[in-house]
Formats: sequence, C-alpha cells, structure tokens
Amino acid sequence: MIENVVFYILAGVTVTGTICAITARQAVRAIVYLVTSFFALALIFYLLGAPLVAAFEVIIYAGAIMVLFLFVIMMLELARPEKLPGPRLADWWPALLLMLATAGSVVLLASVRQPLPQAGFHGISVREFSQALFQRYGVAVELISMQLLFALVGALFLGRRR
Amino acid sequence: MTVPLYHVLVLAAILFALGLACVIAWRANVIMMLIGIEIMLNAVMLTFVGGSAQWGIADGQLFSLMLMALTSAEVSLALAMVVYLHRRKQSVNTDDFNSMNG
Repeated sequence: MIENVVFYILAGVTVTGTICAITARQAVRAIVYLVTSFFALALIFYLLGAPLVAAFEVIIYAGAIMVLFLFVIMMLELARPEKLPGPRLADWWPALLLMLATAGSVVLLASVRQPLPQAGFHGISVREFSQALFQRYGVAVELISMQLLFALVGALFLGRRR
Repeated sequence: MTVPLYHVLVLAAILFALGLACVIAWRANVIMMLIGIEIMLNAVMLTFVGGSAQWGIADGQLFSLMLMALTSAEVSLALAMVVYLHRRKQSVNTDDFNSMNG
C-alpha cells in the first residue's frame, strides 16, 4: 500500500514541476524544474516495474538531453535578457481551452469507466527486456542506430561554421 | 503496486495536455516549444510503460526505449537548428523568421 501513496506523491511532484516549468519566465529555470519532474517520472517508471527505463530516463533525459538544452541556452546567451518576453495573455487562451477540453474528457472517462482487470504489475526483468529487444526487435535496433547516425550527420551539417 | 492503470493514464493525459499547452502558449520561443515537445513525449512514454506493466509484456518498455532514441535524435537536430538560426539572425523568436510570409 505504501507504494500507492508514493505513486500519488510522485505524480503530484511531476505535475507541479511541469506546471512550474511551462510558466517559468527564464529558460534555465524551466529546465531545472523539468529535471525535477523527470526524476519523479523516473521513479514512477521504477514503481511500474520498468527499472531499465527508469535508469535511461535519468541518464538520457535528465542527464543528456536537458544538459544539451542548458548548453545551448548558455552558449547562445539566451539567458542574457534575464526575463524571457513571455507569452501574452492572449497566447494562453487556446492553451487553457485545450486544458479544459482534456480535463473534461478525463472527467467524462471517469464517470463511465469500466472496471479494468486488476493489474498484475509484475515487473519485467532486465533479461526479459533485452531478450525481447535483441531477438524480436533486432531490426528496430539497427534502424535506430541508422537514425542516430543521420541525426549526427545532420547536426554536424547544421552546426559547421561557414 | 496496485494503482489502477486508469490513474496512470490520467496522469499521462495531464502531462500531455501540459506539454501541448506549453507548445501553444510559447509558440514565439523555439526553446520553450522544444521543452513542450519533451513533456509530451514523456507522457507517451508513461502510457507505454503503464500498458507494459498492466499486461506484463516487455513491448511497451521497448517502445519507450525507442522513443527515447528518437527524442535524442530529434533534440540534437532541433538544437543544431536553433544554433543555426541564432547565428543567422541573433534571435530565437519565431516571429523573426517570416521571410517566406506571402
């Protein structure tokens, strides 16, 4: 039962961190809030029985992608005019409308939900995971490696000095 | 853990809506738009992992791993594009890049 309580606490931390991130007035602050949110999300993944995905979330998302964002923000000195121009109030209206639509559909779903089959929630071991990855989805791994190579070439092409 | 899948899906829906709101509200700033896309992709990953835990099959986790690889490729290209745009016009404001405006 303690796991359920931890799950809801982590869900609250994730949503709060994300809300702080999208309303932050400085890009650097938004990144830091987002890293907090991603750590909580990684713990949720761990609770859902995906320890490998949780580790990759911390290593790749919080460790690499967010640091890449920070690197670009600091390299371009985008944090120089301390405050971002920020969206006007008019820009928030469509976003709020969308949020309301989503909340409405969630409530609608909640009112007519069928009782789901009780989750087994048995975690998936690393052995099971890697066997499925390299036996059933071997082609996908090759495709992903090619995709990363193309992304590397594209980034080098875009980033070269002329 | 005995949290129903339904609650995980609700959390993922909230995160996805927040990411979408970020993209729409900050559409003048390329960096914040990219952050919104990150949030949305994380919500999708949460959905995959929740389904994987519900049915006990590793496929959902595999797809979240592939999504992570896709995201890293996308972010590296997009940030290279941001650096390129900033070098051209000293700005990351999307309103400054309207030269194809008819």
